[in-house]
Amino acid sequence: MTFAYPAESNRAHPAPLSPAYKSSIKRAPQKPLILMRHTLSELTGPVYGHETVREGDSDLTTQHTGEPLGERIIVHGHVLDEDGRGVPNSLLEIWQANACGRYIHVRDQHPAPLDPNFTGAGRAQSDASGYYRFVTVKPGAYPWGNHHNAWRPAHIHFSVFGHSFVSRLVTQMYFPGDPLFEFDPIFNSVPDEKARMRMVSSFDLESTQPEWALCYRFNIVLRGKNATPMEQK
Amino acid sequence: MRETTQETTHGITPSQTVGPFFKYGLTPGDKYDWNDAFTNNLVTSDASGERIRIEGRVFDGDGQPVPDAMLEVWQADAQGRFADPKDQRALPNAAFRGFGRCGTDENGAYAFDTIKPGQVADPDGKPQAPHILLAVFARGMLRHLYTRIYFGDEAANAADPVLAIVPDERRATLIAARESGNGNPVYRLDLRLQGDNETVFFEV
Repeated sequence: MTFAYPAESNRAHPAPLSPAYKSSIKRAPQKPLILMRHTLSELTGPVYGHETVREGDSDLTTQHTGEPLGERIIVHGHVLDEDGRGVPNSLLEIWQANACGRYIHVRDQHPAPLDPNFTGAGRAQSDASGYYRFVTVKPGAYPWGNHHNAWRPAHIHFSVFGHSFVSRLVTQMYFPGDPLFEFDPIFNSVPDEKARMRMVSSFDLESTQPEWALCYRFNIVLRGKNATPMEQK
Repeated sequence: MRETTQETTHGITPSQTVGPFFKYGLTPGDKYDWNDAFTNNLVTSDASGERIRIEGRVFDGDGQPVPDAMLEVWQADAQGRFADPKDQRALPNAAFRGFGRCGTDENGAYAFDTIKPGQVADPDGKPQAPHILLAVFARGMLRHLYTRIYFGDEAANAADPVLAIVPDERRATLIAARESGNGNPVYRLDLRLQGDNETVFFEV
């Protein structure tokens, strides 16, 4: 299958500089990005399959001797291309704070407890239809010092590989109805509201497991669409 | 099979910053209770070609080192072939994968051990100079940025169609200088995210 990667699709992304997000001020390039044609280098990408994903890597609640504290959840969905087709054998890596909003990273100084039963890292591979599934706990919100009383909405970081190096995506999955959305400069760095809402998972009652875990669905749409022009209606 | 349609699938999922805390998930090394899916060593025993090391540092707009960046590279093998089925010429059994990942250290430094890539054609069939694709992720970067690493000792740079679209005075930000010394050749390329000698980044 041949894919095309229209440059217009990149408009969904935040601009490099978003002054409300202070860390971007000294790290965003000031010169415009140079638009270039894609060559085979851009149109190919690492093809990663099952070999980097070990048994159990997609369940963040079973990596230690005990179960982590917090609300157990299932996060699942499809990795899709811009035509809505599943992207098979896609590697997904996630990392997140624990239920108290604390990361195990050594530089996280938020005075909330670490959980000895929770690392917060996971890995999965999409199946032939692009479907993936993680089991984890719902991460907490946490303060981050960007401005007075700054709190990040609860989120799970996602790193995804698609069909080519230019479909590579690192994003954050949010939870529906979070009251912190309107105050978060990272979430709001995405200029278009519809695009912003594509980062918000939906509550999935149908896939909730009774007496065990709530479920959220998060579909991830990567760059790439069929290069064959579709018939116009 | 599950339903793949969702109301929100029109348009791609936007990028968000990798943030300050990715290390334990993406580049844990031996520091965390997790394992690396990828490393900064791309060399495999069966890979032909010249063994090289690429080194450099990442700096912000104040010239300060960026200690929390993640770099990913993607490259062809020494024959200019990619380990991707979309490259029909690829040898399916070659162990060389052409992909690596490296977090910067407290000095903003990174390094990749790899082999020097061969030439890859552009869409018109014209050879490009040997190059490596580089994606840069960091706290403060809301989307990752793409650049390229070229090699200072390559005469082919003069005719490279991508270098040709870069203004003359900025081209040097893409070209790694070969250093002499013992052992494998080292190519050095610093990245400047902003300011004087800002690295050229591409919209791809």
